[in-house]
Order: sequence, then C-alpha cells, then structure tokens
Amino acid sequence: MGDLRKVSSSPHIRDKVTSANIMRDVVIALLPASLFGVYHFGMKALLLILITIATCVATEYIYEKLMHKPITVGDYSAVVTGLLLSLNLPVGATWWMAVLGGIFAILIVKQLFGGLGQNFMNPALGARCFLLISFAGRMTNFAYDTFTGATPLAVLREGGTVDTLQMVIGNTAGTIGETSVIAILIGAAYMLYRGVINIRIPGTYLVTFLVFILLFGGHGLDGSYLLAQLAGGGLMLGAWFMATDYVTSPITTTGQIVYGVVLGVLTGIFRCFGASAEGVSYAIIFSNLLVPLIEKYTVPMAFGLVKEKGDKK
Amino acid sequence: MATLTFKGGVHPYDGKDLSKDKSIVPYMPKGDLIYPLSQHIGAPASPTVAKGDRVLVGQKIAEAGGFVSSPVYASVSGTVKAIEPHFVSTGAKVNSIVVENDGLYEEAPGLSIKPFDQMTKEDILGVIRESGVVGMGGAGFPTHVKLSPKEPDKIDYVLVNCAECEPYLTSDYRIMLERPEKVVGGLKVVLELFGSAQGCICIEDNKPEAIKILQKECEGESRIQVKVLKTKYPQGAERMLIHAVTGRDLNSGMLPADLGCVVDNCDTITSIYDAVILGKPLTSRIVTISGDAIANPGNFECRMGTNVAELIEAAGGFKTQEKKVISGGPMMGFAMFDLEVPTTKTTSAITCLANDAVSESPTTACINCGRCVTACDEGLIPARLSQFAEKFDLESFQKWHGMECVECGCCSYACPAKRPLAQMIKNVRRMVMANRKK
Repeated sequence: MGDLRKVSSSPHIRDKVTSANIMRDVVIALLPASLFGVYHFGMKALLLILITIATCVATEYIYEKLMHKPITVGDYSAVVTGLLLSLNLPVGATWWMAVLGGIFAILIVKQLFGGLGQNFMNPALGARCFLLISFAGRMTNFAYDTFTGATPLAVLREGGTVDTLQMVIGNTAGTIGETSVIAILIGAAYMLYRGVINIRIPGTYLVTFLVFILLFGGHGLDGSYLLAQLAGGGLMLGAWFMATDYVTSPITTTGQIVYGVVLGVLTGIFRCFGASAEGVSYAIIFSNLLVPLIEKYTVPMAFGLVKEKGDKK
Repeated sequence: MATLTFKGGVHPYDGKDLSKDKSIVPYMPKGDLIYPLSQHIGAPASPTVAKGDRVLVGQKIAEAGGFVSSPVYASVSGTVKAIEPHFVSTGAKVNSIVVENDGLYEEAPGLSIKPFDQMTKEDILGVIRESGVVGMGGAGFPTHVKLSPKEPDKIDYVLVNCAECEPYLTSDYRIMLERPEKVVGGLKVVLELFGSAQGCICIEDNKPEAIKILQKECEGESRIQVKVLKTKYPQGAERMLIHAVTGRDLNSGMLPADLGCVVDNCDTITSIYDAVILGKPLTSRIVTISGDAIANPGNFECRMGTNVAELIEAAGGFKTQEKKVISGGPMMGFAMFDLEVPTTKTTSAITCLANDAVSESPTTACINCGRCVTACDEGLIPARLSQFAEKFDLESFQKWHGMECVECGCCSYACPAKRPLAQMIKNVRRMVMANRKK
C-alpha cells in the first residue's frame, strides 16, 4: 500500500491564496510610491528604505531564533512593515534612526505581543510615532535640495497657497513615500483589483474626513483647499496602506465602517485643532486601540436570525 | 430575472469534467455486502434476519427502529454471514448485517402498492416509509418524516436540490440527464402530498444540458418549474437553496417546513419515484467515483452495501499513489483511513485525491484578513469563533452566533493562513450541543 492515507476533518481542499501571497501583493502595491520616493528624493531615500527593511527582517529573524520560535521572515510581513516605516520617514532621517525604528516596530510592537497577528497597533506607525516623539526635530525637518522644507499642509496652515497639481504628482516636501497621490493610488488600485483590501475602510475614512474638513476646516466649499487636504500629508498612504492593515483593523463589516468614520473624525480633529498640521499617524494608532471595542459592538446578526425587540445580549 | 444566489460562498476547482460525460454504469458487486443498521439520522434499524438465512434482492433485512428511523433492504441475493459491528466511511463502527453474495440476483416481490391514482396521502407516506428512502444528499434524514410536517397545507414550495455544488460530484447531474422523467415523476408524487405547493427543480447554471432536458421534461406541468441558480459553493446547502429560490431565511432553530418549504435531494426524489410508482425499495444509488488519483472516473449505479475498494477497482483503480480518499466530496466529505467499508444510502461519491492540500499547507498565524468573513454564507466571523474555540470559551462562541454554522467549510477553504477554522468551530459546536442535552 505504500504511504498511509491522510485523514483530516473536512474541507479537504484549500484556496491557493496564502498569507505570503497577500503580503507580497502589498509590497508590489507599495512599489510605485517607493520608486517615486527614490526618484524624487534621490539615492539617500533608497538607502533608508533598504536599511529599514533589512533591520526589520533581521530583527524578526534574530528574535525568533533566540526564542526558538519558527522563523517567519518568509511571509513578507516584516518586509511590509520595514517598507511602510521607511516610506514614513523624511529623507533627512539618519541611518541609525531607521535602524532604531525598525527594531522598535518589530521587537516592541510586533514580537513582544506575540508576533504576526497579535500586535495591537500598526508596527510601522507605532515606530514612526516613537521616532516622532524621540527625535521631533529630525523627523519633521523635510528640507532637502532646493526645497525649504515646509510641507504643503504646513504652508496651508500658515495661510499660504499651494500648488495642488504638484501635490497630486508628488513634487512636494514630505516623507519618502507619502508625497505622490498618483503613485499611491496606482498601488491602491492594484490591491483592490487583487482583492487584498476592500473599499470600506479607506472609503469611509476619506469621505468622513472630507465632510469634517468641509464643516470645521474654516474654508467651506473651497475645492482646491479640500483637494490639498486630501492630497497632503500622510492621508493617502495612511488611508490605503495603513488603516487597511488587517491585524489592526476590525474584521466585522460594520466595524470597518465605524473604524473608517472614527479615523476620519480623528484625523480632522488633529489637523484642524491639533498642534501639528499632520495627524494621520496618531489617528490611526489611536483608532487601532479602539478596534476590540468596535468589534464587540458590531457583531453581525447571523443568517436567518432576526433581532428580537428588547433583546439585549 | 435576477440570478438566484446567496451572499458569501467560495468557488473551488470543481473537477466535474472528470466524470460528467460518463454515463451511469450498473455495478455488480463481487464480494460480501455490508448493511449498516444506521445509515440515517434517528434510531438504528433492527434486523429481521438471522445468521444463515437466505435473502433476496429487495428483501427487507432490518425494520425501522421507530418513527424517526428507516428500514434496510438487501441489494443482492445470498446468505446472511454475520451480524456484527463494522467500520463505515465516517470512521465509526456500526452494527451491520453481512451478506455473502451468491451472484444470482434473485429478486424478492416488490413493495405492495396500489395504482398511484388510487393512493391516499397516507398510502404514499406509508410506501415511502416502508421503502427505506432517506435524505441521500448526505444527511440521511428519513424522508417520510420530512414529508410529514405538522401543517402540510402551509407548505408552498417543494424544492428538488439538484444544485450539486460539491466539487467532483456528478451523480445528480447524470440522473438529470439520463432519468429526467424520474426526477419530475418523483416530484409529482411529493406534490400530491402538498396541495398548495409549487415544485421547483433547482439546478446550478454550470449544468446547462441538465437545465435544458429538465425544462423540456417539465413542459405542460403547471406546478413544476426549473430554477436556475448561480454556481457557487455551498448553493446546495439547504438554507442557501431556500434563500436563493424563495428569499426566506432559515436559522438553526427552524426546520424548512416552518418556512413552508420541503427540500429533497435529486437522488432521493428518484428513489421516491421508484418506491411509490414502481414498488421498488431503496437498494441502490448513484455514486461518482472520481478525483485525480482515479484511472477511469465515472458514475456507477451501486448496490447498497458494496465495498468501497471494489468500486474503486471498478473505476480502474488508482493511477497514482492516492493521498486521500474521501467519502463524499472534498468540501464536506469524510476522509477514510480504510477502504474496506460499505457504500450506504448517503454515499454520493468517493473522491480520491493524489495530493492532500490539508497536510501540505502548514498552518500559520491568523492575520485577521477577513476572507473567512467574506466566505461565510451564514454571516459569521469564523476567525473570532475559532479563537473562542481554541480557548473553549463556549459563552462568547454562542454570543457570536457560532451555533448557526452549517459546517460547509468555506472558511477553512478561503483562509490564507490555512487554519482549520471549520474543524475548530465544529468541535465546539459538538461540545455546546452535548452540554445542551445534559
């Protein structure tokens, strides 16, 4: 008879999609933004990207080796974290900041909480906020080449005017990966096409944010102001690539919509009334913390069940 | 008209090309036949023969053990060799009657039936009960019980489940192509029981030939129509079928009859025809032998109790090393460790796979991607349910509606981390059900 037959519980077949496939798709989707960042900011940007990714992967490998856990660097998730973190760094960041951020993201935010799937906030954004607090000056200094360093949002805040076309193309100051709306949208379209993400979170996020700015932004229905707010800062990168992080967003359909609304409102509050012109990173990591609560109150009714009146569970 | 379908579900490779063009071949068993006394839901049947007795084809060898039970008939002529526990395809050991086949196929007189137009509803139900017909789609629920709802006048739909959404299965498809008159005839028998009901033959749109043939067969039948369903697994699940055709939603606390529906599988309906019109008790069924490890996949008219290993030989045996042999289809079937088991009333297929996706895909951590949520046709959150299951948190499991799971397996199929979600949920459902019984 040769080999024994396998026995297991049904179903006996599996879809071809694996976690590694999905993560690889995210990396592919991030390529346009990364390439534009390198084109726009030069080789220094490439160096930072590579250093951050290498640090993240190495940290994951070393930690798992030391803890005698299965090595999971092959699942691309550390690559995604590293790439996202580097795209959130200004080109003026130093190599040791990239290393520090990478270690913080993987070791503190991800592995110490149990590794893949267990982190309660987005590792890349957690590390970015850590760097932002620790090295406020360097992290907010966007000066390079001929640019003075003020981001379009900062200019707007001071009452100046910005060229929205240049913002959409990405020809402005900002972090390595956030400037080009076009490059980010190409990546987002790829992820939507591949079914990696769905429109619920980014859609509700952006719409809520837009409504908030319309109501409280103080500029009313000013098209170019609204567009600048949408295209500026980390909003596009955050909405499409970081708010959609599976692990740190709700799994329930209604929860995803609630989450998007919370993100939009928080980002609006931070941008309109906060101390900084930017607010996406903090809005996302703060909303990450609300996810268990959101899920708890958005458990869907199962098929065929009807909510009885006065039925409190 | 909008396509009839449901929310959720998956599209696995269906493998039906392997056997869909193979006509039904009657198979004559060679070795001993084994008749488990429990091939249905409910009380086991009790033997009416003893060791050494000679039995004939179509002779009753075990009596129904109660109302929710079903008799068993011999499918060959020969001698009763033993009455002893025997393994069945689910891996359980069930008390069974073993008959040594004498190869003569000597027939016993059929069921005593009146001409159909003289039958009362009670007569029809009596014949169905006596014939041993049970739900042949897999559940094995005694058909006469299903056809005896409390308020028969409230039934307005009789659905024939010809969706056959399980990959590899083509037995119902072949029945529709080769015996459409029996499908329609069986449905007419059931409609006779429910005066205000509409009969629907429900077929997925990947079987255009069957749809065409049945539409032709139904011409002039005012109470019967063919419903074309979108091809998606698990369209053939009872709740999904009722939803797609009638828009009514069934939950775990209800029976289809509560929503005015009666659902019967294709092969069940033809067996009802055989019993009520032809007076033939249930002694055989159509079994698909397929999968990429089988040399000549095909559809066999298989006498109940036939040894599975023998049937596989009839389909040319294995052409490559088989890794997994499944009784039923790959989504909901049972993996067998031993092929020396009998086919029963609920064996719709034997699927033999050269690769086992389960053991070949290592399980990794849940990344919360939500693919299981999209795939779940019951609107559940399998990822969370499986986490509760791992912790045996029965309370949260029920709060998140875990008991509504129909165990279709879509979540496990869709999971990119290859987590056995359905299995974990199944285990805990069993635990909760056992606790409720206490």
